[in-house]
Amino acid sequence: MELNLSKEDAAFRDEVRAFIAENYPQEMRVPNPETDLTKEQSMLWHRILHKKGWIAPLWPKEYGGTGWSITQRFIWEQETSRAGTLPPLAFSVTMVGPVIYTYGNDAQKKKFLPRILSGDDWWCQGYSEPGSGSDLASVRTKAVRNGDHYIVNGHKTWTTLAQHADWIFCLVRTDPAAKAQAGISFLLIDMKTPGVTVRPIITIDGSHEINDVFLEDVRVPVENLIGEENKGWTYAKFLLGNERTSMAGIGRSTRYIAKLKKIVKAEIPAGDPAHLEFVKDIARVELDVLALEATELRVVAQMARGIDPGPAASLFKIRGTEIFQNITELTHRAIGNYGLAIREHPVSANHFMPGPEDGHTASEKYLNARKLSIYGGSNEIQRNIIAKAVLGL
Amino acid sequence: MDIQFTEEQELLRSSVQRLLRDQYDFDARRKIVASEEGFSRKHWQGFAELGLFAAPFSEDVGGLGGGPLSTMIIMQEFGRHLVIEPFVETVVLAGGLIEDVGSPAQREAYLPQIMAAESIWALAWAEGRSRYDLSNVTMTARRQGDSYVLSGTKAAVIAAPWADKLIVSARTSGEPRDRSGVSLFVVDRHSANLHLQGFKTIDGRRAAEVTLIDVQVPASQLLGTEGEGVAALEACRDCAIGALCAEAVGAMAELNSATLEYSKTRKQFGSTIGSFQVLQHRMVDMFIAHQEALSLMQHLSLSLAANEAGLSRLASGAKSKIGYAGRFIADQAVQLHGGMGMTDELNIGHYFKRISSINIQFGDPAFHVLRFAQLDAAA
Repeated sequence: MELNLSKEDAAFRDEVRAFIAENYPQEMRVPNPETDLTKEQSMLWHRILHKKGWIAPLWPKEYGGTGWSITQRFIWEQETSRAGTLPPLAFSVTMVGPVIYTYGNDAQKKKFLPRILSGDDWWCQGYSEPGSGSDLASVRTKAVRNGDHYIVNGHKTWTTLAQHADWIFCLVRTDPAAKAQAGISFLLIDMKTPGVTVRPIITIDGSHEINDVFLEDVRVPVENLIGEENKGWTYAKFLLGNERTSMAGIGRSTRYIAKLKKIVKAEIPAGDPAHLEFVKDIARVELDVLALEATELRVVAQMARGIDPGPAASLFKIRGTEIFQNITELTHRAIGNYGLAIREHPVSANHFMPGPEDGHTASEKYLNARKLSIYGGSNEIQRNIIAKAVLGL
Repeated sequence: MDIQFTEEQELLRSSVQRLLRDQYDFDARRKIVASEEGFSRKHWQGFAELGLFAAPFSEDVGGLGGGPLSTMIIMQEFGRHLVIEPFVETVVLAGGLIEDVGSPAQREAYLPQIMAAESIWALAWAEGRSRYDLSNVTMTARRQGDSYVLSGTKAAVIAAPWADKLIVSARTSGEPRDRSGVSLFVVDRHSANLHLQGFKTIDGRRAAEVTLIDVQVPASQLLGTEGEGVAALEACRDCAIGALCAEAVGAMAELNSATLEYSKTRKQFGSTIGSFQVLQHRMVDMFIAHQEALSLMQHLSLSLAANEAGLSRLASGAKSKIGYAGRFIADQAVQLHGGMGMTDELNIGHYFKRISSINIQFGDPAFHVLRFAQLDAAA
């Protein structure tokens, strides 16, 4: 499905398509880019986009954005995702960057924004804690003012790719007496500061994406506070809105459906009764994608006319993750007995993997995708948001 | 219909429970899975000493005569503790086949070894293109004097890297997918020209692709009647389904009780998450799914014990229904545990993976619901 594009937008789409085809690094085309690339490899595309000036379509032009229209930004999202490119690190570009240019002071903008754009700094997100998952406002990590420093103590968890990070943006409690949301501040912490420890968390697919981050008497200069003390919740909510925008994942789902069809065609003979079952299951999920894509295009068209999409992000998150989970499950089923096998981590060519090559990551993807309905605000929380904000319940 | 256990069965259950409680907690299992071999010979021996390997066999062949009900009792407890050792492969599959269709000499040679934990077995029936069809066999077995010569590749043979002996299905006549013409052979795992390519499975087991290039097998190692291997494998699959369903039900019980417990202690928004109605209803559905699965499991085990007509259709029905129930419970147990459910550190994800693996073995729930329908139409 396509937007009705103007001549200019169609030309833009062609330009984007050609640029990706010519410039996306072959080195990044590995079986599972999320887990198989080194830090340096995963930054290759980031650096190419930075050189081209296309690293931060979401940002205002004055801070290094592209100055694209909403439609152009959507085309960009669609084309990069359809082409299966690994998006630049969201925690840096999509999350903390906008918080800094929106709520940060001039010194902070000058210090951090260029290094986010260039990829010199890798950011991770210090939001969740062992006791604060869906109920994020209950964070307990404490920051106590001491002269021109905060002394920070606490435990952050599920911190994605903290093992590579130079900086972490944290929600910390600066006023223990205030009610939940009121006493929270938004603090930027250099990962090299003494007292910061990263401990890997291995997930059920065997990979290392997430971590615990322990903060023990970490001294953070006061100039690393974003905005006002105790106003951090406002900034955090602003950021979460950004986190959920692209969660429909139409491009990704479309690519995985294409791969699923290829596997089914190769593995299940048309005479096998299972074949028709798969044909029907795939058709159903294709319709799910079509309906969600139509919804996304409708929302984009409304946004282009200046209409606030409201909590549409929650709808995209719920359906986008459910659909992708379903696709990974079908793919895992399609490879039959080979679904028993899983690649070992760290991934190495020395390990034998049986079955069709297209299916080598099916097991790990199936397992890893269970996280989608949990993270970024669980799907239960997203339903609460829609119930409250849209239905008025 | 609720099985009232006999004193003997109660004794079996409580002794398995005690052994696993004392020696097979989640940490012990983690160490076993991470070990070089990937399973524990010590525990393997311990299970045999407790009589678990003799339990299902008939007294005629030196067993304890417990039949499918003792398998059910053992497997439910194994499911609760995620036991990794190849009991199903060795005792239920190989032992079952040998008892059912083996010659007196084969029974005498192999069953005592199995019951004494002196040999480990694996069943090599699947192939790269067979999916779940037992008759889709391209591995060939040519008669040559007093031997058969086997050539071909078997896929995803669970426990092959641990095994001393394999039972291999091969075609002695006919075309791939022909029901007749498939024969079973006992093959020494260390035979010349038999090659293993090992890999790890999602649930922490070891498996292999097994390639045979003109492997000589003495004619005395033909298991059952030549050309009638598919019927033997079908009966064997029904028993395996009984065992796997019991294991799944044990795993589901653990997932449900862990999730319920967690929902009563985990607090968010100032309340335990178990006080949220949406999660209460979810857990009620998990409870119902387990109850139904448990009932079907018992129904199937009784039917296996009585060798009832229509047994195979019931086995497919149970495999499908319990498969879907297991997947629902496993999905929701991970979801309700949040990030913790995704970690390798907590047992929840490991139950999830075991249930996923059970759902693949011998056919997924979609395969078996179709077979259930087709057997009805054929009746």
